[in-house]
Amino acid sequence: MQRILIIGATSTIAQAVAKLYAQSGAQLFLVGRNSEKLAQISQDLMVRGATTADIFACDLADKTKHEEILHAANKILGDMDIALIAHGTLPEQKECENSIEQTMQELEVNFLSVVSLLTLLANNFEKQARGCIAVISSVAGDRGRQSNYVYGAAKGGLTVFLGGLRNRLSKVGVHVLTIKPGFVITPMTQEFKKGLLWAQPESVARVIVSAIEKRKNVVYVPWFWRWIMFIIRNIPENVFKRMSL
Amino acid sequence: MSDNYLSWGHYPRISQKVQEIHWRSEQLPKLIGEESVLPYGLGRSYGDVCLNEGGTILSTSSMARFIAFDDETGLLRCDAGVCLHDLLQFIVPKGWFVPVTPGTRYVTIGGMIANDVHGKNHHRVGTFGCHVTCFELLRSNGKRLVCSQDENPQLFTATIGGLGLTGLITWAEIKLSKIAGPFIDTESIRFDDLSDFFELSKESDKTWEYTVAWIDSLAKGKNLGRGLFMRGNHSDKTHPDKFDELKPKLAIPVNAPSNLLNKYSIKLFNSAYYRKQLGRTIQRQQFYDKYFYPLDGIGDWNRLYGKKGLLQYQCVVPMDYGYEAISEILGQCANKGQGSFLSVLKVFGKKKSPGLLSFPREGATLALDFPNRGKETFLLLDSLDKIVTEANGAVYPAKDARMNSNSFKSYYPNWAEFAEYIDPRFSSSFWRRVMEQTGS
Repeated sequence: MQRILIIGATSTIAQAVAKLYAQSGAQLFLVGRNSEKLAQISQDLMVRGATTADIFACDLADKTKHEEILHAANKILGDMDIALIAHGTLPEQKECENSIEQTMQELEVNFLSVVSLLTLLANNFEKQARGCIAVISSVAGDRGRQSNYVYGAAKGGLTVFLGGLRNRLSKVGVHVLTIKPGFVITPMTQEFKKGLLWAQPESVARVIVSAIEKRKNVVYVPWFWRWIMFIIRNIPENVFKRMSL
Repeated sequence: MSDNYLSWGHYPRISQKVQEIHWRSEQLPKLIGEESVLPYGLGRSYGDVCLNEGGTILSTSSMARFIAFDDETGLLRCDAGVCLHDLLQFIVPKGWFVPVTPGTRYVTIGGMIANDVHGKNHHRVGTFGCHVTCFELLRSNGKRLVCSQDENPQLFTATIGGLGLTGLITWAEIKLSKIAGPFIDTESIRFDDLSDFFELSKESDKTWEYTVAWIDSLAKGKNLGRGLFMRGNHSDKTHPDKFDELKPKLAIPVNAPSNLLNKYSIKLFNSAYYRKQLGRTIQRQQFYDKYFYPLDGIGDWNRLYGKKGLLQYQCVVPMDYGYEAISEILGQCANKGQGSFLSVLKVFGKKKSPGLLSFPREGATLALDFPNRGKETFLLLDSLDKIVTEANGAVYPAKDARMNSNSFKSYYPNWAEFAEYIDPRFSSSFWRRVMEQTGS
């Protein structure tokens, strides 16, 4: 039986991942902002076969609560097999350009709050010398583009942070997985026009579970984003700066 | 405004706003002026009961969580947006099945209640609504009402078969049926005409849980009403085999040219289908999904009917007129050369649904589908309405896109009583259409 901490448990991708683990009888600890939504998810996971599905409601932007989260999770789960961090927001780039406050807040939620949680989690996992830390970053972090560079900067910073953490924790056998989704059909992207590149959260979840099992380092979901981003990363800056991406 | 939320018949094509509902604890969106809303599940009803032209639809397919399941009693409580496909994947391996299933797995629980769907076992167990113990209804005044036979019983009976007009069903509780395993023992029997069908049906309904017949809609004269009678029972066999899913092996990627399904191709298909069975009776064991949902094996099969879409027609007529009315309907179709690609005939049983506006009632029910050829198709369907009205029968709203107000009111004499329970902010293209004064 796997013991799993999920932070940002009300996100659509996290819900889909949790369902898969619940079916195999996992013990889950769900952290998110809204206790009513967490309760609905917990009921669903229990019906689907989870051994336990405890919930913890708090605002993840409040870093003073982070120690409390891990303390509570440790108390229920004991050692952890997997910690998945999935919370985030998709900022309106234009609004950020006109508001320092908005920009800082987006960096806070999508980068700094995750770094804070990872700092605590890393030490926990280092002590137990086993397990997997899986974090949802984004293809947006692979290169700054005019349409979403605030979000991209947060996710890019996160990807670099995770690279360093993987380097450090691999020495004690802890697996760090960087997940880079492309476009996924979720409430966060409700306003976007959908096309061929869009993926369902259920298929993204299956890729994440298999990447955790196979101890992959970095996974693009769906897989073709690896090649799309390879091309985008390799466009010379002099050409790139004139494009409207 | 979105044009992406169609009904299964791809007719009519209209524009409406879409609001996704993700949580059963959510409030309904704020409405401005006269704006109305209508719940929308997976869009598998054929005509316009799931459409709200110029208004808003509440898309519920993301509100899809389980709430509680009792493995002893088979009581299951879940969000109204749960898809039957997901539900079956969860319950069949545990030895349970839905008490009533329609011919596709891609419907929501809320949609099954709102259309009070029926299945091949209607003669035994009635409609889906007969097995719903309770549900929560969210009304536009913000009130949440738990409805059952004992609590808010009027809203309970109005909502079952209530076409989504009484409010948003947020969750529901249903009583599942115990099964030994995922297999169905089936028999397929070729019959030569309509009276053979009625005899086979009478004999089979006693010992077979599921009965239905496919009819060759273009056969005339002494062959009128010939077809294949298919009956099945849940098998006692508990096989350790894996549950292999019926994944769409073939999908129709784009709309076919509108004339692909014409008089000749339909005739060819129907005679070939009748003749594919050489012996009179074939017995076999099938996985439940292949038995119940053969069309789900072809993704987006409705696209075969082209851009103009298809018109379904399902009616029920009391047994006293069953033979005459059904042969008259089949005769009309065959003579006008307007064959239906798939024609299905079944006898409904006595069990009454609690639903005020439910379609199923004792009698013979015939389902036909026609490529939309414009005026000639509509005229044919109007003439079928006359036969049904004279036989004191009814036409199924979930499959309709064109019946007129007078016909609707004669098929559903409870309509005025039902209308009292409609939520003032809920409406649909269907309801506005059948409430219109036609004058004639």
